[in-house]
Amino acid sequence: MSTAVFSTSAAPGRPFVFDDEIEAEVLCHPRGVARSLPSPDHRLASVTPASRLAIRPAPAMVSSGILSLDSLTGGLPRGCLTEICGSASSGRTTLLLTALAAATRRGEFCAVVDASDALDPQSVAAAGVQLDRLLWVRCGDLEQVLRATDLLLESGGLGLIVLDLGDLPPQAARRIPLTTWFRFRRAVEHTPTILLAIERHPIAGSCSSLLLQLSVSNTQYPVPSSEQTSWNPSHSHLLTEREINVELIRSRLQRKPACSVTFLTQTAWAG
Amino acid sequence: MFACIYVPNFPVAAALRAEPELKTRAVAILEGKTPLERVVAVSETAGRMGIAPGMTKAQAELCAELALRPRSASQESDAHAALLDCAQSFSPGVEDTACDTVLLDLAGTESLFGSLPEISRAISNRTAALDLDTNVAAAPNPDAAMIAARGFPGVTVIPCGKEAATLGALPVEVLFVGQQTGEEKKAADCLLETLERWGIRNLRALAALPEVALSERLGQEGLRLQQLARGAAARTLVPVEAPLVFEETIELEHPIVLLEPLAFLLNRLLDQLCARLASRALATQELHLTLELDPSFDLENDLPDLPSNQRSKLNNQQSFSQSAIGNRKSEFSRTLRLPLPMLDARIFLKLLQLDLNAHPPGAPIVKIHLAAEPARPRSVQGGLFLPPSPEPEKLELTLARIAGLVGANNVGAMELLDTHHPEGFRMRRFTAAASSKSGCEKTEDVEEKSAVTALRRFRPPLRAHVTLENGQPVSLICRKNDVQGAVLWKAGPWRFSGDWWEREAWSRDEWDIALQNDGAISLYRLVHDLLGGWWFVEGSYD
Repeated sequence: MSTAVFSTSAAPGRPFVFDDEIEAEVLCHPRGVARSLPSPDHRLASVTPASRLAIRPAPAMVSSGILSLDSLTGGLPRGCLTEICGSASSGRTTLLLTALAAATRRGEFCAVVDASDALDPQSVAAAGVQLDRLLWVRCGDLEQVLRATDLLLESGGLGLIVLDLGDLPPQAARRIPLTTWFRFRRAVEHTPTILLAIERHPIAGSCSSLLLQLSVSNTQYPVPSSEQTSWNPSHSHLLTEREINVELIRSRLQRKPACSVTFLTQTAWAG
Repeated sequence: MFACIYVPNFPVAAALRAEPELKTRAVAILEGKTPLERVVAVSETAGRMGIAPGMTKAQAELCAELALRPRSASQESDAHAALLDCAQSFSPGVEDTACDTVLLDLAGTESLFGSLPEISRAISNRTAALDLDTNVAAAPNPDAAMIAARGFPGVTVIPCGKEAATLGALPVEVLFVGQQTGEEKKAADCLLETLERWGIRNLRALAALPEVALSERLGQEGLRLQQLARGAAARTLVPVEAPLVFEETIELEHPIVLLEPLAFLLNRLLDQLCARLASRALATQELHLTLELDPSFDLENDLPDLPSNQRSKLNNQQSFSQSAIGNRKSEFSRTLRLPLPMLDARIFLKLLQLDLNAHPPGAPIVKIHLAAEPARPRSVQGGLFLPPSPEPEKLELTLARIAGLVGANNVGAMELLDTHHPEGFRMRRFTAAASSKSGCEKTEDVEEKSAVTALRRFRPPLRAHVTLENGQPVSLICRKNDVQGAVLWKAGPWRFSGDWWEREAWSRDEWDIALQNDGAISLYRLVHDLLGGWWFVEGSYD
């Protein structure tokens, strides 16, 4: 049985054994057998010190299709899990379709694992997604969602995989164990695939590398007063020029304070 | 040396082969649409009675002893196939010259079948056994053999160097036998008329004409005819190629009732098929699996010695007898269609297993037949800077697994239909072979456009009870708890309708409404079905 002696930083400021500046020292084997390090010329140059093992190359970032969001986060990271959270009508699906359109325009194949069978093909086409590059998996229950996602991650070759859990009740979404999210993260690591999860509340914990919270600014609509029980805008006022607010809650890719940006939406027919 | 098998009066010969009892009668073959049918071929007996090609049906019917038959393409095809089979039993080099003429390459067959006269007589006897009356001729070159077969009845053998002497007595019309189409017949008639005017009536006279003078008057065609008349034309045969068939079959002594042993046998068959395809540098894009079943098999009676643990295993696992729902068919077929030509036995086995899991045969299996449609293997030019794309084999396996999970209709690519119906789309097969035109594009132009508001649909739509005021919705109650309350803002209605000419006509008014829930304002699409009178919430704008 081979043994290897390596040390970690026992005290602050103490240099590592394998640093080039340190001369050879005598180390004690746990059984009391004294061993000496080889001379500097014959050091184990192939052994990486523990402090350097934590350094991972930064993932490649690709455009999400929205300039303001790209300036906030740098884009969507490849090989990582990104969570997009928000309540109903907060702009999650709009952001999702914009990201799909950008991915298919790059020539990549994408997949949407739809937990609630909520995808609207007309909206998908209006967003500019190339339909022949999009695989749609319409699931009936959570087990099918998780199993289908496992199969797609295992297959590989897809540029973007989306888990659409947007309409799943919060209690059902929380039943997904963290080990599952960890498994997804490990599966997508070191691949060029972007794993995107759409949900109401964050559920992946520390497994996600990027967490975004979406909301809609309601200031554009007048608050109905007691005299005016309802407001009847024209269709162009109700759905166009909606301001979607995107707040960066957490990013493991770069140390940034929480901040937010907004982007505008429009309808396909209102121009 | 070459041999030619010629069937004179082929339409009549094909009809007599199908009805041998007509051989003693006068027969005429009719062709054309009623009432313009005409006689196209007559038997020898009918010819002596004065019936000739070109007569109308009414004229032919005046002869009481004449048997009239319509021309049958299937009978002629069968006769031609029998002729080819006979020729291929003597030589592998066979040319399918015409429907009534077949040429054989006799090189190397003398050691098998004897001398040339013996081979020729054997061919004639074999065709007679197939109910075909043929002329057989052997000659040093194919064209001389063909002319001899068309000119001389029975069996003819032309030794080397005697072609011109043997063929000399034949009339020049023998050079134009088989030219039945309009343009060829006109040209042949014109040439025959010219030769008739010159007094050339047999091949010997044609062969004796000076070549230069002949070419000046009749051109290259005249020289070609002269070479044929001399028996000096030389060409190679164009052999007929047998169709490539890749099939493997295995018959079982005992019926199979479990999937595992079936998978073992399928693996063996697939390995053999893939090896045969690989030996010809081919792949396959379609696999046909045919299983012969034994619906009368009874687990209790036919396997009485089966241990109880295995019997319970058979009863608990997915066995075919368990999944049978009164399947009384004796055959079960499945077809596996692949998006691209592939040649991987493991992938094929997995796909077949997934397919049989989803569609079990329903009865024990006694015979397995597997066939593969050959296809050219795909050639893909790889690139260093291409975007990631899934491997077709892995993708096909993944899609089959997902289809087994969610259903074949719930996985695929979406395709919009040419209709204004709100759910006007269908699912189609997803392949990773998108056209190269839709490849990488620059994304700078995307940044100039705003994001498009998307709709999230409720499937099925949520029924709602709507309170109206002046014809406009002011509040609604829905079974989904967070989709109810007073309508804060509304826009609409927009009226849509369609398919009024079909049974599934539809007409609806759409509203875009805003509801408040837990402090947040959500936008929904509210629909009023004008035909049924129902209100429902179709989706939310997200």
